[in-house]
Amino acid sequence: MDALIIETVVKAIVVLLVISALAGFGTYLERKVLAFMQRRLGPMHVGPFGLLQILADGIKLFTKEDIVPQHANRLIFMVAPAITAATAFIALAAVPLFPEFTLFGYTIRPIVADLNVGILFVLGAMASGLYGPLLAGMAQANKWGIIGSARTAILFLSYEVVTGLSILAPIMIVGSLSLIDFNNAQAGGIGDWMVWQQPVAFVLFLIAGFAETNRTPFDLLEHEAEVISGYATEYSGMRWGMFFIGEYANMITISFVASLVFVGGFNPIGFIPGFLAIILKVSFFFFLMLWVRASWPHVRPDQLMWLCWKVLMPITIVNILITGIVLL
Amino acid sequence: MEQFAFYLFSVLTIGLFLVTVLSNNVLYAMTSLAAGMVIISGFFFILGADFLGVVQLIVYVGAVMALYSFGMMFFDATREIKEKNTNAYLVFFLGGMIALLLVVMFSAPIAGEGIVAMYPTPEGANNPQAVGLVLFTKYLVPFEVAAVMLLVAMIAGIILAGKKMDNSLTTKDENHEEEMTFSLKDVR
Repeated sequence: MDALIIETVVKAIVVLLVISALAGFGTYLERKVLAFMQRRLGPMHVGPFGLLQILADGIKLFTKEDIVPQHANRLIFMVAPAITAATAFIALAAVPLFPEFTLFGYTIRPIVADLNVGILFVLGAMASGLYGPLLAGMAQANKWGIIGSARTAILFLSYEVVTGLSILAPIMIVGSLSLIDFNNAQAGGIGDWMVWQQPVAFVLFLIAGFAETNRTPFDLLEHEAEVISGYATEYSGMRWGMFFIGEYANMITISFVASLVFVGGFNPIGFIPGFLAIILKVSFFFFLMLWVRASWPHVRPDQLMWLCWKVLMPITIVNILITGIVLL
Repeated sequence: MEQFAFYLFSVLTIGLFLVTVLSNNVLYAMTSLAAGMVIISGFFFILGADFLGVVQLIVYVGAVMALYSFGMMFFDATREIKEKNTNAYLVFFLGGMIALLLVVMFSAPIAGEGIVAMYPTPEGANNPQAVGLVLFTKYLVPFEVAAVMLLVAMIAGIILAGKKMDNSLTTKDENHEEEMTFSLKDVR
């Protein structure tokens, strides 16, 4: 019992540190990738290839003054960023990150909490992460903030149904809610990947995932051109940084879930070992998010709602029906 | 360990819901409501009912989010709200009576003969399977009736809300503005 608790705590701390560091590195990658796609250089001046820019940004964020606006609701204003960051990491707790491996003769399963309803837990925890922007916008006594939080509610009410229904068809095929079972069901190589059986669900899940992490085609919470910075208008320093870390951790989580459910997870492909395979897949999905950001314009809130409820939801339901009929 | 978690969650839940009831601030009330709903799912996890815990999380997170959007429309979130309390004693009395009634209702079977699981979990079935087995065998009819009721409610909601659905408020152009104000008046 004690060994289990210590192991879990160590795993949690390792995941927290690694993913926070990766979130920082993600900002650098995002700026570089966007820059190359737009024929610019991106960050170049701090360190070789601008690599130390992450460090400089970190120092800037930590040392900036932490401002709470005069008429804001202080408590809620200060708690809101923590909700986003915490729920992003809580969601990651139920994701099996790598295959089992042995370190100093001790077998480690790289999952913090092995729930047998893993996928639902991940989606639920990520959904509650949207309370961060919602509360932040309502607490800051700023009109842009209120608009941002209203858009958060719209975003949530739009994408949630598509995520749930699109993931339902793969769940029906695998017959389990555990992400490890999803991974094991696709153990037979590339031909067994869920994406060949469920291409529609894969595309829909990716679209909903972009909305869930509020990435670019659907980042209506913080359009600079329309609502200044939406829910984050009044934030500065580390509180703003926590929103940022939460967003990047969510991107990593969605990439992990997409690669576990649809493209074979951490099963080895040919000569590529399992842990490398999943890192490659997650990197690809992360890159895809940046790629889409560089190529597509924003959508309006009403367009998002129209897309989710009138286009995507009927498609998911038809997909579930067809899957059910085939399975019968 | 489990007892510690149970008492922690109990104190947190009761405290948060007390804030929901007693606070004059919309933001505090709804935040504590959402947090309380999330913490209730902890009880399901302690009992080993992972599936129900996750469902509690997903369903109530969405439901309270919809409440928030109403709160955003009707109140200024940063101010205290003056509640109209016509008769505080009556409210106190009725609330206390309802709470007492609920306690009696739920504790009657425990005091009577103790709770026995009528449909014990079949061996080897995991959480969602156990729920599904009971739902689709013993409780099939209530389950389907609930589904039909939800469908009726959904259709009623669409009919009530969808009167002028074909002209969108966000994409209207200037020429149609006059027409739109007329139609809004008609609705009132």
